[in-house]
Amino acid sequence: MSLFGQMMTILRAKISALLSGAENPEETLEYAYQRQLELLQKVRMNMVNVVAAKRRLEAQLASLENQLSRLDEQARQALQAGREDLARLALERKVFAQQQVAALEAQVRDLAEQQNRLIEAEQRLRQRVEAFRTRKEIIKAQYSAAEAQARINEAITGLSEELADVGLAIERAEEKTARLKARAEAIDELLAVGALPDYLTGRDVLERELGQAQLQAGVEAELARLKAELQPGQRPALKEGEG
Amino acid sequence: MIVRISGEGQYRLNADAARHLNELDNELVRLVEARDEAGFYTRFRELIEWVRSRGERVPADEVVPSDVIIPPPDLTFEEARKVFRGEGLVPG
Repeated sequence: MSLFGQMMTILRAKISALLSGAENPEETLEYAYQRQLELLQKVRMNMVNVVAAKRRLEAQLASLENQLSRLDEQARQALQAGREDLARLALERKVFAQQQVAALEAQVRDLAEQQNRLIEAEQRLRQRVEAFRTRKEIIKAQYSAAEAQARINEAITGLSEELADVGLAIERAEEKTARLKARAEAIDELLAVGALPDYLTGRDVLERELGQAQLQAGVEAELARLKAELQPGQRPALKEGEG
Repeated sequence: MIVRISGEGQYRLNADAARHLNELDNELVRLVEARDEAGFYTRFRELIEWVRSRGERVPADEVVPSDVIIPPPDLTFEEARKVFRGEGLVPG
């Protein structure tokens, strides 16, 4: 099995699907032209989806940035409370959120690149549709009927290949856009329940524990104050009161 | 010969490029079978660069079918495996 051979098979299958409706070069040209317009439409729609997903991700990135500073603050509080375990938990979440940010940014960049390539591909297809239109007439004028047919067929195959290839590129871009959108939705949900960096235990648990730690630290401080008040040196005052 | 890089366009290469391309194709097959992801990416990038640097871009007003079709430059290892399994590039 060959990688290139398989690619050829994939595109040929697309080409025969594309040409199945057309019976002569005239129809093929019209068909290619129509398909090219549809593809252009698809590329544009795809662009709109990418921009929407991108905006959404940018908003999410901002929320993530907020979470980063909040988690940092939580880690600091935990350390102050002498709870290194909680600080560790908060920092793990922070690192996880940072990874999310980096992954999302990379995905958006990748998709934007793909869209640019698609626009170029569509332009190329448009030029080839036009070239085919001109060439068909020249071929008909210059060659005998049989020869002309062979050359036109070759040109049709070339045009259909271009069409099929742009189609394939669009399908791939659509799939990537869908994945990006799904990811944005998943992150939206996680952000909504405040559970994004919540892959170990619940955020509530961290906050509750941190609250507990602060509470305990407060209790300890109060206890220490009371103990200090109850030092032997201060007892006489109490004893005086008693006596 | 005409070589298409899928999603990018066609290149015209001289006829003896076919042998080299065939060797590269076989090597890519080996790497996918061996699940050598890093090796695959390195080789595949080299292949794309080789075609781009050796080939001459087919102008847009020339309508010719390709002799060889190379997968898109951003092909992932997972996609390459799918192509081999005959599942195509896009699910469904």
